Amino acid sequence: MKTTTKERLEKFTTVSNMPVKRLYTPSDIKDQDYLKDIGLPGQYPFVRGAHPAMYRERLWTMRQFAGYGTAEDTNQRFKYLLEEGQTGLSVAFDIPTLMGYDSDHPRSKGEVGRCGVAIDTMADMEILFKDIPLDKVTTSMTINAPAAILFAMYIAVAEKEGVDTDKIGGTIQNDILKEYIAQKEWIFPPGPSIRIITDIFKYCAENVPGWNTISISGYHIREAGASAVQELAFTLANGIAYVEAGIEAGLDVDIFAPRLSFFFNSHMDFFEEIAKLRAARRIWARVMKERFRARDPISMRLRFHTQTAGCSLTARQPENNIVRVAIQALAAVIGGTQSLHTNSMDEVLALPTEKAVTIALRTQQVIAYESGITDTIDPFAGSYFVEALTNKMEEETYKYFEKIDELGGMVAAIEKGFPQKEIIESAYSYQKAVERGERIIVGVNKYAEEEELPIKTLKIDYEVEKRQVARLKEIKKERNKRVVTSVLNRLQNAAEGRDNLMPYILNAVRAYATCGEICNVLRKVFGEYREPVVY
Amino acid sequence: MTRKRKRIRVLIAKPGLDGHDRGAKIIARALRDAGMEVIYTGLHQTPEMIVIAALQEDVNAIGLSILSGAHNYIFPRVMELLKEKGMKDVLVFGGGIIPQDDILSLKKIGIKKIFTPGASTDEIIKFLEKSLKK
Repeated sequence: MKTTTKERLEKFTTVSNMPVKRLYTPSDIKDQDYLKDIGLPGQYPFVRGAHPAMYRERLWTMRQFAGYGTAEDTNQRFKYLLEEGQTGLSVAFDIPTLMGYDSDHPRSKGEVGRCGVAIDTMADMEILFKDIPLDKVTTSMTINAPAAILFAMYIAVAEKEGVDTDKIGGTIQNDILKEYIAQKEWIFPPGPSIRIITDIFKYCAENVPGWNTISISGYHIREAGASAVQELAFTLANGIAYVEAGIEAGLDVDIFAPRLSFFFNSHMDFFEEIAKLRAARRIWARVMKERFRARDPISMRLRFHTQTAGCSLTARQPENNIVRVAIQALAAVIGGTQSLHTNSMDEVLALPTEKAVTIALRTQQVIAYESGITDTIDPFAGSYFVEALTNKMEEETYKYFEKIDELGGMVAAIEKGFPQKEIIESAYSYQKAVERGERIIVGVNKYAEEEELPIKTLKIDYEVEKRQVARLKEIKKERNKRVVTSVLNRLQNAAEGRDNLMPYILNAVRAYATCGEICNVLRKVFGEYREPVVY
Repeated sequence: MTRKRKRIRVLIAKPGLDGHDRGAKIIARALRDAGMEVIYTGLHQTPEMIVIAALQEDVNAIGLSILSGAHNYIFPRVMELLKEKGMKDVLVFGGGIIPQDDILSLKKIGIKKIFTPGASTDEIIKFLEKSLKK
């Protein structure tokens, strides 16, 4: 029989440049031991899923990342999404909030409420969650450098509404290492930043047991241009750094590890993404068991949120993005995600309109209720190709771990610019491949159209900034200045010493100290991060 | 006064507070590979910092990359400061998450071109070479 048929391309690779063979057979996974390397869902090494019954027990949480304008605007969008069948909330903060600047700070000009909601004080947080039962809904907050402050505001709002802190659930992103690597919204240098993070681990273990204290994020690393393997390796290496920090802070690994959670990107290459997510679970299980000697299987179980790849969306022919998102969402679900955000087709142009975000949510609902994919667990297990790719992902990740260990761990690697440099190399070579036509992007470098009608995008009123600054002024006038000064002084003393900062930050937010004021106290004590620029 | 130059000098700047620097870095490198002299400002720059850098580095063009939605405040501010400093011959272009309607208004204030996601580096190189040919 003829086997040398001429193929369409000289070589076939995944979107991350991983070679793909024409055919996979049992010989590609001949060394695999089913029980040891794959096993059952909900059991070590968790390749097949974090939970024993997965989506047969409960579907993933449909959690659309949302936030714009003032707290009133976003509160309305939250309520709309809940009415439309969304099952969890996810807050997008504006950039001044992410950077720890109040809305009236000169650096905030033009940025207030533009790509997230502006939150200056606990008063804004009260409005943000108005009429939303905090004991019934879980909330994810994408906040990093000032995570402790926004989290404290959430706790304080729950208290004020009479909800016990052991009844609230959700996640703070709180992952500063990936900020240094990719998203780049930082405030303090690594040392004090990690201290705040371990303070949160400790505080939550004692007071807010249902909270995911960190969401160790590959999403932004991938968006910055990393390959699938780089996303996996750098994210899990950050995870290792946090576990080391927790242990160094005197915590038992099995006390805080169960509350660590992860966040991955789901990109365009369908099988590669499924393999990546399966590999993530196995690598983490092995790391926790072998490297950190965790005893509780829950410490070894990797749970994650997924968001479809913003960077894969195109400004040209934006409706095509609906299809891209559907494929990516499918990979995330088959990969066993615990929660999912599907991007809206227009996010490449602006924050999404209600119409676009509804289509994105409906995409998840179609997968959940119409496709049949949720009826059986990890359906690609045993596929020669997917298992081989899962193994390959794991091998390549260990190579990066070795390199990072050689550099002295992830914090040292970041300070040397190592992951940053690897990522920009990948980003550049991908861009070049697109421009040479080696990677086809439909509607961009193939099937492009000369004339395109612009689609309707969301407009954020320029009055938002004025309204927010006015409210801040009002709050500052009404609050008890003496109390504010005193809680901030106590916070400063605590920061200079070794106390857990969470109780001090909680007292500050309860007194309506602003996010910027609290950050300024900490800036004074901790200093600010300076980036090593590599490109 | 006409300055004789062999190579185009470009300042790639990240104004505002957003940290998305993938695009800026790719453009910086592509322009450099195309033989231009490129200065990259790094992140979190104010309009004042950018204009001072442009003045000190004596650039022919400034590329502003922004993905935070603050372009309608920041871009006009950069243009205003350039005017104040008498740097009217510096070409300004931009890129990022910028809706069509805003592109039209930004062009009116003198931003020569805005590139949105999907634009190729080649397109940007050709645009600069063509616009700066003297």
